[in-house]
Amino acid sequence: MQTWSLVSICVLLSIIARWGVSLNSYSGAGKPPMFGDYEAQRHWQEVTYNLPIQEWYFNTTNNDLNYWGLDYPPLTAYHSWICAYLAKTINPEWVELHKSRGYESTQHKLFMRTTVLVADLLIYIPAVVLYCLYLTDGSSKKKVSVMFCFLLYPGLILIDYGHFQYNGVSLGFALWGILALGLGWDVLGSMAFSLALNYKQMELYHALPFFCYLLGKCIKTGLMGRGLFLLVRVGVTVLATFALCWLPFLAEPSQAMQVVRRIFPVARGLFEDKVANTWCSLNTLIKIRSILSGDSQLYLSLACTLLAVLPSCIRLLTKPTFWHFKLALVNSSLAFFLFSFQVHEKSILLAALPACLLLNDLPLMALWFLQASTFSMLPLFLKDGLLVPYIVTSLGFLFFSIYLLSALDHCSEDKLRLGAYNKLFYWVLKMDLAFIVRWKFYISIAAMVGLSIAAAVLIAPLHLPDLFPVLISTTAFLHFLGTFIHFNVVQFSEPPSRKSQKKSN
Amino acid sequence: MAADSCSWFSALAVGVSLLKCFFISAYRSTDFEVHRNWLAITHSLPVSRWYYENTSEWTLDYPPLFAWFEFGLSQVARSFDANMLQVENLNYASPATVLFQRLSVIVTDVVFIYAARECCRCVRDPKGSRDILSQPSFVLAVLLLWNFGLLLVDHIHFQYNGFLFGFLLLSVAKHLQSQHLQGALLFAFLLNLKHIYLYVAPAYGVYLLRSYCFTQDNKDGSIRWSSFSLRRLLALGAIVTSVCALSFGPFIAMGQLPQVLSRLFPFKRGLCHAYWAPNIWALYNVLDKTLAVLGVRLKLLDKAELPLASMTGGLVQEFEHSVLPSVTPAVTLVCTLLSILPAAASIWLRPRGARGFLRCLLLCALGSFMFGWHVHEKAILIAILPLSILAVENREDAGIFLILTTTGHYSLFPLLFTPAELPFKVALMLMFSIFSFTALRKLHSAQGFLLHPLEVIYLLGLVAVAIACEVVFPLSPWQQRLPFLPLLVTSVYCAMGVCYAFLRLYASLLLQREDKPKLL
Repeated sequence: MQTWSLVSICVLLSIIARWGVSLNSYSGAGKPPMFGDYEAQRHWQEVTYNLPIQEWYFNTTNNDLNYWGLDYPPLTAYHSWICAYLAKTINPEWVELHKSRGYESTQHKLFMRTTVLVADLLIYIPAVVLYCLYLTDGSSKKKVSVMFCFLLYPGLILIDYGHFQYNGVSLGFALWGILALGLGWDVLGSMAFSLALNYKQMELYHALPFFCYLLGKCIKTGLMGRGLFLLVRVGVTVLATFALCWLPFLAEPSQAMQVVRRIFPVARGLFEDKVANTWCSLNTLIKIRSILSGDSQLYLSLACTLLAVLPSCIRLLTKPTFWHFKLALVNSSLAFFLFSFQVHEKSILLAALPACLLLNDLPLMALWFLQASTFSMLPLFLKDGLLVPYIVTSLGFLFFSIYLLSALDHCSEDKLRLGAYNKLFYWVLKMDLAFIVRWKFYISIAAMVGLSIAAAVLIAPLHLPDLFPVLISTTAFLHFLGTFIHFNVVQFSEPPSRKSQKKSN
Repeated sequence: MAADSCSWFSALAVGVSLLKCFFISAYRSTDFEVHRNWLAITHSLPVSRWYYENTSEWTLDYPPLFAWFEFGLSQVARSFDANMLQVENLNYASPATVLFQRLSVIVTDVVFIYAARECCRCVRDPKGSRDILSQPSFVLAVLLLWNFGLLLVDHIHFQYNGFLFGFLLLSVAKHLQSQHLQGALLFAFLLNLKHIYLYVAPAYGVYLLRSYCFTQDNKDGSIRWSSFSLRRLLALGAIVTSVCALSFGPFIAMGQLPQVLSRLFPFKRGLCHAYWAPNIWALYNVLDKTLAVLGVRLKLLDKAELPLASMTGGLVQEFEHSVLPSVTPAVTLVCTLLSILPAAASIWLRPRGARGFLRCLLLCALGSFMFGWHVHEKAILIAILPLSILAVENREDAGIFLILTTTGHYSLFPLLFTPAELPFKVALMLMFSIFSFTALRKLHSAQGFLLHPLEVIYLLGLVAVAIACEVVFPLSPWQQRLPFLPLLVTSVYCAMGVCYAFLRLYASLLLQREDKPKLL
């Protein structure tokens, strides 16, 4: 069969999966007074449609910032504004100022879900298809398999189509950036990534690798000659893109400052809810938030994040190849997730995207991490009533990624890139590391399944109401930490010596 | 089949089962309530009341074995939500009920999956071809397991056809494997699960009598009367009678047979279903309507004299023709029998093994679909699924298959009319069509093209019809005046394709010189 038909069948399947999830409930359905992210997005449509652009980020009589005030960069606001226009033509009630607050109906849900699907079809899905066709190596069947697993990653589908957000847009832009860099179109890539940054500030998790990769490339080609030219071009592109996105807010400095303040709410504290990062997991042992003041928490997390990011970024700077770039993206986003300030459980999607890029090279590790990332958001899914789609998509992803990528068949030490461990711990040389890894995988999957069932079925004891969320976040944290260490080790070990890998650099 | 076939087949089966789970919270038709009601009836009432209960308008109108099947399901249903098992709880659909009913369809599809596996064993893969994707058995597995119609009708619209087709395909596979008694037993079970399969019973009867009860042929292929085996006939008879006795026996003993039969065969319904199935009568109705309109225009007819033809009003009702003679159930019965007769005669005179039988079965299914009384559009699946087997083996049949499936499947579109399900039906249909076209073409690439250019143009016309009916029409002002127009266009356009496929299939049976020995 031709590749095009396989590709289109996979894309159609992924659309069906997405639409299937979207028929389920969304966050805050029928839960006044605050509702959830679904209402937040609807409210932004209402605000952007009815208010002048100067009022969008300000607390005014018509714009109560305490009720889902806009706290994403301008591109999100423009997107809401476009959606609001469509909404207005279909049914003006959906975006009526003040009166539409908490509006819920089947038609409206259908409309909102459609906007997510359209955004995905325009940005995320084409990026995935092109990435897999052009930047993964192997037969066309292999490429299609990787693409299928990439598109079926449950975390993103469940958050965007179940919980309700537009992560596909920012991640899609980032992926376009990665794709362009991989193909050698550095200027276009930096533009796409700037758009991603302007859609969601969380894309900063990916910023350092982009920066280091481009800078490293400039240095390699000679900072005095062509490298400088490239640097200037990239710099100008980034500045121009930012300026374009922020144009309406640049007239007055106070406007721009207010947007920045809204985007980076440092006052919110070290972490919220139960998130699978270091601080929250540490919290079960030491109550950091009561020991340290707000400012010192901020500095501590900043220092830890920088320390964690540094090794992989320096490595990338010295060896600016696409392979190191991909690894640095995972490492950097994981470092941010694990150590930075005010992390949401959904931010793991930022680490999941680059992990998807590694599905072809390191199938077992990538899918293991991806599964753990989906699992880490289980408390959220339970709250939103997404248990059934969680089970279905997770099973599907696990089954097909293991089957299609033959993840468990090829787990020799070489394939898993465990060589470095042999050098590090020469005394365990005699042990079969691949065997241990495989069993660790089985045990971890069993643990995740067990905890999922327990969290869904059992009722936590009265004196420990958060028992399952804490257990889930701690388990997921251990996975993330392990992945972080492993991918750092892989980045510092010898790169794979395959022809195609060199070709793509 | 190769040793690794197990892995790809289970991957396909697991994949489609998970896919079905995505439709759990999708739209469901009144058939959902029908089956819930049957669960309640069989669970909470004694057997003697099953065919008398009429609290709900959806009375039990399937044969007794299906009632027992519902009874078995209801035992599990109890642990999901016992409230769904109360007859008075009309239109009860708690989340647990929905989950249970949906899962029951998905789980009982295991029968279908097993049957598909048996069918795949019956096609031979060419040796030496490495690529799994272009092996006939793989293609057949996808065409059966991922069939668009079944996904739509069973898992969104809601019915248990997968389970039932499992019996039919398994029985066909048994015949292909020359295990005729098992095949007959399975078919007897099937008939007692859902009597719509009486449509294909003539094929079974003729084939078993001719090719199983007569053990030998003359050299020229004609029947050798002396080879008649009474033992075989008795064995067949015993099987069929015992299954029917098992099913209807208790009701005969209770003296309820007339009541049961009146439930099973309600002739009070109209010639066509609310939405016309794409068959001869759809064309006949349109011809009648056109003649009436033309007659009025040309002043040949008086408008006042015409009966008020309400066409597809949305209710199951009698429809009087205004110009052409009205059609009675007896006429449809005669037409159906006449359409089946040549096929049955053909395999009687010149039996061509199990493939010939399969062809005859298809013609019976299509014949009764074309001419039957009150045919549902879903019945086209009885022809589409078995035809998949022939399509992967023969280029000619592959062409017919493509026409029949595309039109037949498209004619199912009006079953789902809610906007939220539009992406599902479009994506599923596209997926299935892309696969069947590219895979069958690859499979028969050595023998040239599958479709005539005119046929391609006809099929592309379906895209235009789809866009007109699903996108343009709802936005146009005709929406108010002629709400039934898209249904009419769909069924008429599809009826042409189905008729054409029927005729071509007939030609392939009657004109075929001598079948190559394809039997295993």
